[in-house]
Amino acid sequence: MSSNFVEHKSVPVRLLSYSFILLWLVIAAFPFIWTFWGSFKVELDFFSKENWANAITGVRTFGDTGSAFTADGYRGAWIKEEFWKSVLNTTIVCFFVVCTSLTIGTLGAYALSRSGFRYAFWLLIIALVFRAMPPITLVAGYMLPFFEWGLWGHLWTTIIVLVAINQPFTLWMLHSFFKKIPKDLDESAMVDGCTSFQAFRYVILPVMWPGVITTGLFSFLLAYNDFAVTAMLLSKENQTMVPKIAGFLGTTQTEGNVMFAVAAVVSATVPLFLLVMFFQRQIVSGLTAGAVKG
Amino acid sequence: MKHRTFFWFFLPTALAMLLFIFLPIISVVTQSLFIDHEQVFVEVENCDFFGCKKASMVDNEATEQLRREQPLGRFVGLDNYINRSHLAFTEVAEIWSGSDSVGNFFKQLFNLPLYRALIFTLVFTFTVTPLLIILGFCIAIGVNSLSQKIKGVVIFFSLLPMIVTPLVGSLILFWMIDSRGIIGSSLQLLFDDPDLSLKASATLTWVTLIVYGVWHAAPFAFVVFYAGLQTVPQDTLESAMIDGASRWERIRYVILPHLAPLVTFVALIQLMDNFRVFEPIVGFNASAHATSLSSMIYSDLDGESRLLSSAATSSVLTIIGVVILLFPVLIRTWRDWDRKY
Amino acid sequence: MFKKVLIAAAISLTGTVVHAGCGIEKGNVNILGNEFPAIQTIGAGAEACAGDGVSIKTNLTKEHKNIQVPSLTSDPAEYTVAIVANSSIVPLMNDDLIQPLDDLIAKHGGNFNDNQKITIGGKVMAIGFMANSQHIVYRKDLLEQAGVEAPNTYEEVLEVAKAVKDKGLVKYPFGAAYAAGWGLAQEFNNMFIGHGGEFFKDGAMPNVNTETGVATLEMMKSLTDYMNPDFLTLDNNEINAEWKAGNVAIMQMWGSRAGPLLAGEDTAPGVAENTVLSHPVTVGGGSMPATTLWWDGFTIAKNISDEDAEASYLAMVNAIDPSIMNDEVATQAVWMIDGYEPTPASAGVFATIEAGATPYPMIPYASLLHTALGAELPDFFSGKESAEQTLADVEAAYVTAAKEKGFISE
Repeated sequence: MSSNFVEHKSVPVRLLSYSFILLWLVIAAFPFIWTFWGSFKVELDFFSKENWANAITGVRTFGDTGSAFTADGYRGAWIKEEFWKSVLNTTIVCFFVVCTSLTIGTLGAYALSRSGFRYAFWLLIIALVFRAMPPITLVAGYMLPFFEWGLWGHLWTTIIVLVAINQPFTLWMLHSFFKKIPKDLDESAMVDGCTSFQAFRYVILPVMWPGVITTGLFSFLLAYNDFAVTAMLLSKENQTMVPKIAGFLGTTQTEGNVMFAVAAVVSATVPLFLLVMFFQRQIVSGLTAGAVKG
Repeated sequence: MKHRTFFWFFLPTALAMLLFIFLPIISVVTQSLFIDHEQVFVEVENCDFFGCKKASMVDNEATEQLRREQPLGRFVGLDNYINRSHLAFTEVAEIWSGSDSVGNFFKQLFNLPLYRALIFTLVFTFTVTPLLIILGFCIAIGVNSLSQKIKGVVIFFSLLPMIVTPLVGSLILFWMIDSRGIIGSSLQLLFDDPDLSLKASATLTWVTLIVYGVWHAAPFAFVVFYAGLQTVPQDTLESAMIDGASRWERIRYVILPHLAPLVTFVALIQLMDNFRVFEPIVGFNASAHATSLSSMIYSDLDGESRLLSSAATSSVLTIIGVVILLFPVLIRTWRDWDRKY
Repeated sequence: MFKKVLIAAAISLTGTVVHAGCGIEKGNVNILGNEFPAIQTIGAGAEACAGDGVSIKTNLTKEHKNIQVPSLTSDPAEYTVAIVANSSIVPLMNDDLIQPLDDLIAKHGGNFNDNQKITIGGKVMAIGFMANSQHIVYRKDLLEQAGVEAPNTYEEVLEVAKAVKDKGLVKYPFGAAYAAGWGLAQEFNNMFIGHGGEFFKDGAMPNVNTETGVATLEMMKSLTDYMNPDFLTLDNNEINAEWKAGNVAIMQMWGSRAGPLLAGEDTAPGVAENTVLSHPVTVGGGSMPATTLWWDGFTIAKNISDEDAEASYLAMVNAIDPSIMNDEVATQAVWMIDGYEPTPASAGVFATIEAGATPYPMIPYASLLHTALGAELPDFFSGKESAEQTLADVEAAYVTAAKEKGFISE
């Protein structure tokens, strides 16, 4: 799998390359590790105005709780503020967004990649232009009709909106995957008597699986991290994680609880950790299968 | 594929986009051509805990009549596009005739909200996009040369900047870059300047936002390029090596051309995303020094002022901006299409 | 003086007693509001009325301001009750989305004072239940060490800050939320009112590019000399955190945020016990305190059935009944409800009321000027522009926005 041209690198080049990666890892992961460590401190330590080193040593945490570590942030977020409810909502939203997105996205992208007509090109371009629309404007526009028709506040409304907003990206990505799969494959299946849909379902999809998973991961990340849509379209009881965390931060006139937010953010990253670890091979092999090489 | 089959395959995704993107775009374009009715005021007395006070309020009965006659408001054509909050034609013309030097002209031009936002947005887009592509490429090359065992962990840590919710990520970074935070005070030591503050000056705020932008988006480029590297045809590489090509030459003549379509894809997505930069400006409380089209829309849509026509106009301008920005890429895709069919 | 009003009002309490179960027979109540603890208490109070045929729901969220107009515009309205403040009631009034409460009050009464009725143009449009304001908070110990008295004017605030700084007690003695945007504009409003300024002339035309406006900006600029140099990015959260760390000697802060500081949670030793919530100060020899008063209250949507409106009214009246007051609830806000005893935490807000401060203007176009100020003022503070140029920009930005909303004719 790894290309063998790298194996001939001389020692200085290899050193350079390793130290570059090390530097990048520090830059990439440091803020998160800092946050993880700090989530077990009190606010006055983690956001210390005296000395940033307090976030490491936990002076005030020790003074307040008798130990250099405290799980108060986690307790507050999970038990007092019932963060688990938002986790549940996020799980539902992500699951259905990924499934729906992929189902209609693969169908559409497959059609685009198998149509030689000019309109397919224009459809792709139009999808791209659609993606240029700022999401906040879209969301502001949805509000009145959604209230009017009683659609506002439900999880499934948000799911459909997220699917629709993410379609252009999904289409582009999947389209380029399909391009890489030889046309003979489905054409010969159709010669053998399959309908277009059967060819798609039983011949193309299995080959496409890694590509579908990669696109699914990006859909997942979009749904998981979304704030603009979920904050405005969900009622409090259906709130997902990100708007819930935003709620911990307080407002102009009222104090929030920043440490709840920090603990919640760390907790929210755990499933992503597992997911990335689990799928990282899939991402790569998925992209390898042809990926975004339009 | 036959038109009929194409239609059924494409219908679900088309419906989703029509309903949730196309219709809103139509309504936004319409909205941008109208402004509210002239409001009829009445002078009234308002009382609360703190006493009574004379104030004006909207006379709803009188306004209701106007609303019923013209439900969309007053049609003003392109006036919203050329008013001071947007393209500001009148003001720009005045500045042009009134300023004695080019420098002075630009200084005054950037005092107008749209141009102020545009200059930051463009600088941000055109520094962040190439930088993140280069950085992503370097990481991909570097990671590719690691041994199989540690690759997984490295990839996973490399993805972190893209994964952590920007909402809180920026809050924590905002604190870290404070003059007393760990990054801020390290920089003070590094530059031997105890008064250095990344937040107080416009230039340093821009630099901070750009660095954040690159940091946040580099993992995306990295994943895409890393995957692309896996498909570099080995025989081409080997024959290049036999021909005595140096490492640099191999990257230049074999790997880069192979990755070119990926670079296009990443550039396409990132140009668009960076042009709509918004979250870091809010997260870093940076609006004193940096605004963007998206942050203008955000403040127009505020629950109390609700400048819907202005927000609609800025949104249409954003779309037009993105189309102009992506034009070269679109032309390229057009040519590719011709070549393939 | 204010206490007298309270007592007088208490005697005139509207007579009708609300029954247990809140007296609601049927109806749906759905409440929209902000999510802080005091509003949560009110929400829970209303929910207590739920029962047979009476459904009561709440949606208390930070995004309430962005949700309220579209949700009350739809017919029937999604929410029957919107909890608002004196700035956020304006968009509801502008679009005619809430109903007068006079008939409901006449029919059902309620256990609240006359002064809790917010009347607009002679009609009761909201019932208030809590108050808030920005005022000066200072550190007793630091002021003593610097040998200065608590200030009564902004000129004295400058002296206090200078004395504290000269003594080397703290590096940046003054704090206020000057972050670009809403907060900075709000501080401008305060200072402008203190200078006796009038925001508008000839109806909706702006009136800030005046000598008063320039004086306002200059006073603010002098204050920034004693503030953290990052002041354009520091909001209330940051200023409060600085206070907790003991880095600020005197600040302008919301009563609702300064009150909890006295509890000393997450606070450096010695800060909480020396924190004094004092009163607002005047400026430039004026008599009007340089601050604004705010209230929170409930309104009832217009596009709902009479049955739901009655149910909503009864549920909310139950929620703000004086019987809700207990030790915990009393710490959540500065309540305007009978039975609330002023505490040190509410001293600043009461002092503001007694000083005769003006409420934040309930004017249809006030928020447009606020937004324009928030966007344009940073240019002055970052030294890019003169005060006059900045204020001219503010007016130009406001006029453009006000034309779009139809407040100013072409």
